[in-house]
Amino acid sequence: MNRSRLFLLIALAVAAIGFAVIAGSGISRNLVYYWSPTDITHAGDKAYGATIRLGGQVAPGSVHMGNGSALDFDVTDRQTTVHVKSNGVPPQMFREGIGVVVEGTMTRGGYFQSDRLMVSHNNEYRAPKAGEQIDAKKLIKSTKGIE
Amino acid sequence: MTAALGRFLILASVFVSAAGSIVAFAAGKKHSPEGLMFARRFAYAFAALMVVATGVMEYALLRHDFSVGYVAHVGSREVPTWVTIVSLWSSLEGSILFWGLILGLYIAGATWLTRNQYVDYMPFAIGTWLACATFFSYLIAAPANPFLTVPAQPDGPGPNPLLQNHLLMIIHPPFLYLGYVGMTIPFGLACAALMRGRLGHAFLRPLRASLLLPWIFLTIAIMLGGWWAYEVLGWGGYWAWDPVENASLLPWLTATAALHSAIVMERRGVLKGWTVTLVQGSFLLTILGTFMTRSGVFNSVHSFTQSSIGPTILVFLTATLLFSVVLLALRINTLEAEGKLESPVSREGMFLVNNLLFVLLTFTVLIGTVFPLAVEAFKGRQMSVGRPYFDSMVVPVGTALLFLIGVGPALPWGRVTRKQAIRSLLMPLASGTVVALIGYIAGARNPWTILTLLFGGYAAWVTVVEMSRGGTRVLRRGRRRFGGYVVHAGAVIVLVSIAVSSTMRTSTEVRLTRGQAAKIGPYTVTFLAAEERTEPHRQSTVARFAVTSNGKPVTTLEPRMNFYPTMREPIGTPDVHSTITRDLYLSIMNIDPNSQTVSVMMLITPMVSWIWIAVFLMGVGGLIALIPARSVVILSEAKDLRMPSSLATGDPSLRSG
Repeated sequence: MNRSRLFLLIALAVAAIGFAVIAGSGISRNLVYYWSPTDITHAGDKAYGATIRLGGQVAPGSVHMGNGSALDFDVTDRQTTVHVKSNGVPPQMFREGIGVVVEGTMTRGGYFQSDRLMVSHNNEYRAPKAGEQIDAKKLIKSTKGIE
Repeated sequence: MTAALGRFLILASVFVSAAGSIVAFAAGKKHSPEGLMFARRFAYAFAALMVVATGVMEYALLRHDFSVGYVAHVGSREVPTWVTIVSLWSSLEGSILFWGLILGLYIAGATWLTRNQYVDYMPFAIGTWLACATFFSYLIAAPANPFLTVPAQPDGPGPNPLLQNHLLMIIHPPFLYLGYVGMTIPFGLACAALMRGRLGHAFLRPLRASLLLPWIFLTIAIMLGGWWAYEVLGWGGYWAWDPVENASLLPWLTATAALHSAIVMERRGVLKGWTVTLVQGSFLLTILGTFMTRSGVFNSVHSFTQSSIGPTILVFLTATLLFSVVLLALRINTLEAEGKLESPVSREGMFLVNNLLFVLLTFTVLIGTVFPLAVEAFKGRQMSVGRPYFDSMVVPVGTALLFLIGVGPALPWGRVTRKQAIRSLLMPLASGTVVALIGYIAGARNPWTILTLLFGGYAAWVTVVEMSRGGTRVLRRGRRRFGGYVVHAGAVIVLVSIAVSSTMRTSTEVRLTRGQAAKIGPYTVTFLAAEERTEPHRQSTVARFAVTSNGKPVTTLEPRMNFYPTMREPIGTPDVHSTITRDLYLSIMNIDPNSQTVSVMMLITPMVSWIWIAVFLMGVGGLIALIPARSVVILSEAKDLRMPSSLATGDPSLRSG
């Protein structure tokens, strides 16, 4: 193997490693976790700061419309409940008892700040009956219209 | 009865393609012309079976024969006839059958076009094509059987409402399949070159042409997908780095790289193994894309149902990947370089950088797309990679590519003197500066946008100069080259429009009652009324808005909420007022016809329509480059008798570039 070829290979290897490092850190900084309310409470401190897609049911009786487009409600998986604050107009089908997915972060104040609110848009997902378990993961995956 | 006929045709196609593949490979091994002739007949027979089978399915759909499994799954007497016809590709089983049809047509077409040529290569190519055909026939025959016999029922549910919500859905899937499936042809040719152990100058022509045709379809398909998302999904954007979008982009990136490296291969006789690798990679990425969109591992508009074909496609993907890697490892040394690269600062040097950047893009998108799958498979945790990852990685590389579109063609081939380099690179800088200044005056502040405008103006100058070189003779002789520059012109406009439209949009959400108005940009939007409309297949609540600018009426927009009987949730359809400079986009969040109130998202996005037009221009450029130069030369020869005969009969590639 001649010298220039060797240099080329070394340069390529360095470039590849550099790329892997940049891409790896880029991915780890931009992960969006799919969690249920129970997952969030189990995660403890790890929940703060991470981008989370939280799935669950809008707890009946919890929706509170504030001034302007401020919106408060609880998301529940029937085991744990997380309080969500959201800005912006909710989608057409938003109502109590429906399956929702909210994307945002958990704040130190103990509530979930949502940047985006999505209603499950799928035929296959049906609202759980009273007393039935809620599968948050399935709900998140079946929510269409998520970018 | 219909189902049984269809089933028979599909089983026959499994047999025909498998037998044809074996015959073809045997013919290649024994150098048997008769064997090759037989293999060609098997290829035609496979295509014929696919055409008839698809015809049978369309017949069953139009007759509303609900004893056929697929018709019972997607058919409905309620929907318009055009929806019934396109339901062929509205759900999994039918779309795989449609895939088989296109594969059949491609294989037959490629077999026919090469009928008296490349006899050393063709047995291996036909063998590879028919091996792929065997796999897809098997998919249609077993795991995704559309011809299942089911108890007849009076009516069916109709296709997925989201897909019958817009006319673009008729053309987006066919274009995508034409792009995806078409990659099988260059894959077969590349494998043939490896098996044969030679990649001569003449064989480059079919390789390039067969890569360029699906590339054109894929280019248009990606744009149509983005356009559809923009017109239908209602969030106001056209690209979200959704896994399914990425799936369509990945093979496009490698195919584009291959089209460029093929030019270097032609001019310098190098990069043969590399080009072949890129071609194989493009095909593998189409299979990976099919796996991602059809197996239900990602949820999106495209993964219609959780299906059982995922594992089967994964097996095929693994097999083709192993096959390609082993074939490359064993045979890449046989594709000897005939020349060498001279200088890094030259045309070919820029081609190398181009290839490096495209491969970088491919890996960036691939890693971001596949990473969540790997985590879920190995750790059972679910997550996705957020949009900022893709934006932060792709924007710099895309900008660098735009820079190359300007610099590459300005540099001559071979050795370049410093003076030459500086002269060719400085000239168009003025044009770039002017464009960047115009952008700044128009309000561009994002540094990447300004950089894109600078490089864009620069590249536009170089492209136009190169395009006009040779005057009208270009249309006759340097057609391929000219087509390439038309593609470049389109790409420059696309990249600039993407930068401008994604960084310079304004949006607002307002809640209006009847008669109220809101202002956005130069427009005043007045909510006139909300009304119910009934169509055979859906019910809609339509909000009517009057749009005025400086007191003058501009248009009326009617965004709507559509309610389909088979869907629990309504689907919103936005309405767009497009002009050449900007789009006004209204999307309903929430509407109540009783109290006549509506919550609406309003968006003004500059230059969006340029993207659709410019991508179309890229497709046209591809077509110009695809038309065989030889036939054009022969046509014009009668008029131009002074043309040297060596030019008229020689390889067209010698005259271009």
